[in-house]
Amino acid sequence: MPDPLLELHGLSKNFGALTVTSDVSLTVLPGEIHAIIGPNGAGKTTLIHQISGTLRPDRGTIRFAGQDVTALPFERRARLGLARSFQITSIVPGFTALENVALAVQARSGSSFRFLRPVAGEAALNDEARAALDIVGLGRVADRTAAALSHGEKRQLELAIAIAMNPRLLLLDEPLAGAGPEETERLIGILRELRSRYGILLVEHDMQAVFALADRISVLVYGRVIVTGTVDEIRGHPEVRTAYLGEDALA
Amino acid sequence: MTAPFRKTLRKHALALATLLALAAAPFLGFGDGFALSLLARAMILGMAAVSLSLLVGGAGLVSLGHAATMGIGAYAVVAFDAAGVSEGLIVFPAAIAAAAAYALVTGAVSLRTSGVHFIMITLAFGQMAFFTTSSFSSLGGDDGYTLYARTEWLGSRILDNRLSFHFLCLGLLALVWVGGTLLLGSRFGRVLRAARENPQRALAVGFQPYPYRLVAYAMAGAVGGLSGALLANATEFVSPALLSWTRSGELLFMVILGGVGQLGGAILGALAIVLLEETLSHLLVYWRLVFGPLLVLSVLFLPDGLVGAPLRLRAAFRFASPKRRNADA
Repeated sequence: MPDPLLELHGLSKNFGALTVTSDVSLTVLPGEIHAIIGPNGAGKTTLIHQISGTLRPDRGTIRFAGQDVTALPFERRARLGLARSFQITSIVPGFTALENVALAVQARSGSSFRFLRPVAGEAALNDEARAALDIVGLGRVADRTAAALSHGEKRQLELAIAIAMNPRLLLLDEPLAGAGPEETERLIGILRELRSRYGILLVEHDMQAVFALADRISVLVYGRVIVTGTVDEIRGHPEVRTAYLGEDALA
Repeated sequence: MTAPFRKTLRKHALALATLLALAAAPFLGFGDGFALSLLARAMILGMAAVSLSLLVGGAGLVSLGHAATMGIGAYAVVAFDAAGVSEGLIVFPAAIAAAAAYALVTGAVSLRTSGVHFIMITLAFGQMAFFTTSSFSSLGGDDGYTLYARTEWLGSRILDNRLSFHFLCLGLLALVWVGGTLLLGSRFGRVLRAARENPQRALAVGFQPYPYRLVAYAMAGAVGGLSGALLANATEFVSPALLSWTRSGELLFMVILGGVGQLGGAILGALAIVLLEETLSHLLVYWRLVFGPLLVLSVLFLPDGLVGAPLRLRAAFRFASPKRRNADA
């Protein structure tokens, strides 16, 4: 087995008396899609917050690419190659789609304390940004203002930004949320292609998508991982059936 | 002319026209001492307003203490004067450096806050600077300090000539405007703009906005110091009133009246306010009663400021004449 890309060990977090993450340990291997499912309020997004660095866990450690990143802030983890998408789309609305992605390329291409040269003309940044937009199929709207994109296009744009960071691990928080059937189809296709290049930790409500994509699935209930296993193991697991999945989801 | 160049030209047409008008003004009947000193004041305040606009419109940092950087620049001039030093090559760099250092130190603290807290803490630092200058008894304390002579340049009294002072101010204003506009379009400026619109997104791709904001804050402070040093020369008198928080508010109003979307707006705003103030105060005793409502109306009806006015007028005109709209379609 290769060394895991991401390793959570005994992660715990309380908000007052409410336990939102309870002794969570899991791994993501290179080239693997590890999905986290669980009912509403199970603590999935809180877990993503702790992994990306926007929330500090009370206990436990987070190792990323062999390094303990538990104490590192959000932006430092991003620079190490931990890219995150948000459940509620987070883009720069006044930038064009291209500029949104070019910002991510810029973050890993030399110093940004450069004060005079027009950045809009930097071909090296724009070329890489265009390539990332092409991967998610947004090449034709590159010059459109991000605020004017459709909801599905904004989801794709956020994915393109994550790809442009040239990350080692993608943390995707419900990338399909609010996408229509066609957009979902397209996004699943994109994620399947990305799998070979990155490790992906996927939080998603769409069960069909999870079963189609995931190599392993962890089920989170009340902040605790009750089981981790392959798609077939999760489908057949009795506790999962009672805790979370309706019969029809397994059909 | 290439297409992008023409686009740039059109975008900044109003600011460019204003600068050209300022260049032509001395030869079009505004060459007397009174008009020139009024215009110099407008251009100097315009410089400070452009630097504030860089913070407000560019970085999203609404500072209510920007006058302090002007005051520090001005007090640097009189402090050197009191010590018998009036060489510009010493005085001006020192004034700029002092204001930038003040901005760097106060910014390092202020920028840890945001929103209303940022406004209040910049105001608090501004008041500290105000009371500090009031206590300089060797520099006149509350009464202020009259400059014996304007700053020299390599021994020559070039600033004493009103016309050359006019063009020095104009040149520096243009430089500040062009430099600031380039800055906002650079890598550095892109990080500032992204962090203004969505700080979470900037962090998510790996940019901690703080150092970028701090450098921008110090740069704006440096320009504030430059304008303060010029203002001391223009009025030949410096008092703590220069650092009062109402002056900071006035600068902020110049930025908003002119339009926060473009740095050029601050130039228009400064010119408009200085000229309006002058005209109204000559016509009316209680001119502030008219001035206030005029400002309120401008905010209500020109949300993009003076720089956005032509576009807004054109849109209104199209709306009013459907025939023309159909012809376009």
